[in-house]
Amino acid sequence: MSAFAAILKRDLVLALRRKNEVITSVFFFVVVAALFPLGIGPEMNTLRLVGPGILWVGALLASMLSLGRMFAADHADGTLEQMALSPNSLSMLVAAKILAHWILSGLPLVLLAPVLGLQFDLSANALWILTLSLLLGTPLLSLIGAVGAALTLGVRGGDVLLTLLVLPLYVPALVFGAGAVQAEISGLGASAHLSILSAMVLVAAVFSPWASSVALRVALES
Amino acid sequence: MLTASNLSLSRGDRRLFSSVSFTLESGQWLHLEGDNGVGKTSLLRLLCGLISLEEGEIRWKEQNTVDTPEVFRADLAYLGHQLALKQDLSPLENLLTDAAVSGRELSVADAMAALAQMGLRSREHLPVRVLSQGQQRRSALSRLIVSSAALWVLDEPFVALDAAAQNVLAGVINAHLSRQGMVLLTSHQAVSLAGPGRSYKLTA
Amino acid sequence: MIRKLFYFSSPQNFYPLAGKLWPVFACLATALTVWGLWLGMFVAPTDVQQGEGYRIIYVHVPVSWMSMVIYLAMAFWALLGLTFNTRLSGMLTNALAPTGAIFAFLSLWTGALWGKPMWGTWWVWDARLTSELILFFLYLGFIALTSAIDDARRADKAGAILALVGALNVPVIYFSVKWWNTLHQGASVSLTKGSSMQQTMLEAMLIMAVAFWMYAIAMTLYRVRSIILIRERHSQWVADLPEVKALSLEART
Repeated sequence: MSAFAAILKRDLVLALRRKNEVITSVFFFVVVAALFPLGIGPEMNTLRLVGPGILWVGALLASMLSLGRMFAADHADGTLEQMALSPNSLSMLVAAKILAHWILSGLPLVLLAPVLGLQFDLSANALWILTLSLLLGTPLLSLIGAVGAALTLGVRGGDVLLTLLVLPLYVPALVFGAGAVQAEISGLGASAHLSILSAMVLVAAVFSPWASSVALRVALES
Repeated sequence: MLTASNLSLSRGDRRLFSSVSFTLESGQWLHLEGDNGVGKTSLLRLLCGLISLEEGEIRWKEQNTVDTPEVFRADLAYLGHQLALKQDLSPLENLLTDAAVSGRELSVADAMAALAQMGLRSREHLPVRVLSQGQQRRSALSRLIVSSAALWVLDEPFVALDAAAQNVLAGVINAHLSRQGMVLLTSHQAVSLAGPGRSYKLTA
Repeated sequence: MIRKLFYFSSPQNFYPLAGKLWPVFACLATALTVWGLWLGMFVAPTDVQQGEGYRIIYVHVPVSWMSMVIYLAMAFWALLGLTFNTRLSGMLTNALAPTGAIFAFLSLWTGALWGKPMWGTWWVWDARLTSELILFFLYLGFIALTSAIDDARRADKAGAILALVGALNVPVIYFSVKWWNTLHQGASVSLTKGSSMQQTMLEAMLIMAVAFWMYAIAMTLYRVRSIILIRERHSQWVADLPEVKALSLEART
């Protein structure tokens, strides 16, 4: 088994034995989607308007909640150190961890989004674009978030700090992700948004594992 | 084959050590001694490349370890204070994953044999968190048996082991030395291993 | 020339250089601010549409420009520090950050102060103001991260990585915010919509920009001296400094 596959499998097996990681993200997403209409009012026209944005922000926050855990456990028990000492490239091992994080925290949101979208009376087309935008966007959030998680590893007040660091970097994903759905609803078509989102994912997929591995090595020095 | 020249390290404002130099040839062992807090663990981590060099040079097989880290890491096995075990996985799963991450082929049979050698027979499939402290340490040490690394860097390997386990570990290390491996270790206890070896006292 | 650069890359040698230079920049900053404000407040004509209140742009625009320039400077020193592993680069990046953050904050406030009389709201989701807000968060993030890490070397490296990642993202963020703004026709702000940029207006803004730049350099040089003293406090050359000797003498008596 390759090192990439071994790390991926290990992270997935560990999460499935504990289960709380998947549940936390999903639960938060559902709660956000339910709370906003309660705060805004049941007027369907308003909800249809704000639905895409709310769902996207909900997914973004849910994804952000689980970022702190990406490297913390491995750092605490010494397995991160062993990964850094592996003759395999740390970037590749980090990429496996990011993929595992997405499968556990991002993919459930993608699958849940169409169901929650019904609460906002989104059309079938809008639901499709919403799902697609999250399918492209949630990996981007995991990739960007990984750099933040690596930088704040073991730092005092890490979770709040992580939020502060990562939020500005999340803005483009949010703008184009939610924007895609709104473009679809207003009849302009979402292809431009989705193309840009895809481009960002590709660029992040190349740079983020490497940048995270650099930050992880810095964190391991102390 | 391992040459350390003029190594130094500061932690924050404190200068831990400076001008540390030694060589280690095949089949030799080096016992790093020193008082608590003098920097033994930091020196080991510096040698492994976990801490970046401020001064000096480390050479493995004539090559600078900073220039070719992958070559060095392929030949290196490091055991630090942390166990590097996943508590929710079994010793067997931990061993197999570790081998894959280090780029080594390891069959299940060989892994089971290694765990048995470390006294974990019939416990290979239990999650690590239900094992005792000593058993967990032995699970971590079983990595060494299946390792193909030439250089072993061990930080307090004998700690938390009972007499029987200490003997097993000493046997494993001696076998490694007789196969022309190298061992660099710290230990608060007296170290008596087979083959040529010496102590190096680290002072501030 | 290269030799001279390397000479000054040591904190010990940079300290006296910074000490000599910062008063020069401070004087330049003061002089240019006086000139720029005089031009902006008294010489430049009243705007046809916006009246006298528009004059706050003589602070708002230059300070916004500088907040972006300073972030680029931080990214530059961050890259230098990561590549050459020099201690001074990290100190300079840390010295630049507070001034940059203050400029970003000022930009947001002057934007709000201008907006209220002009469009009736304290805040508009204009592309530039929104990007400025995000830039402010990037500054805060950098300052928060570097202060949370105790070990100076690690803090510098982590901050440098963050500064570079942020710098690469700034164009992306700006582009996405601009996109977001133009598709949602909100209150689109143009500083000079309907009025042509008069020569004196442009002059005043440029002079103020340079004034803020001089101020930023002066503050950074002054601040980096403090950082050098703190970081190198255990070395002999710091102990030998007259100002440090005077302090320790005081402490003893």
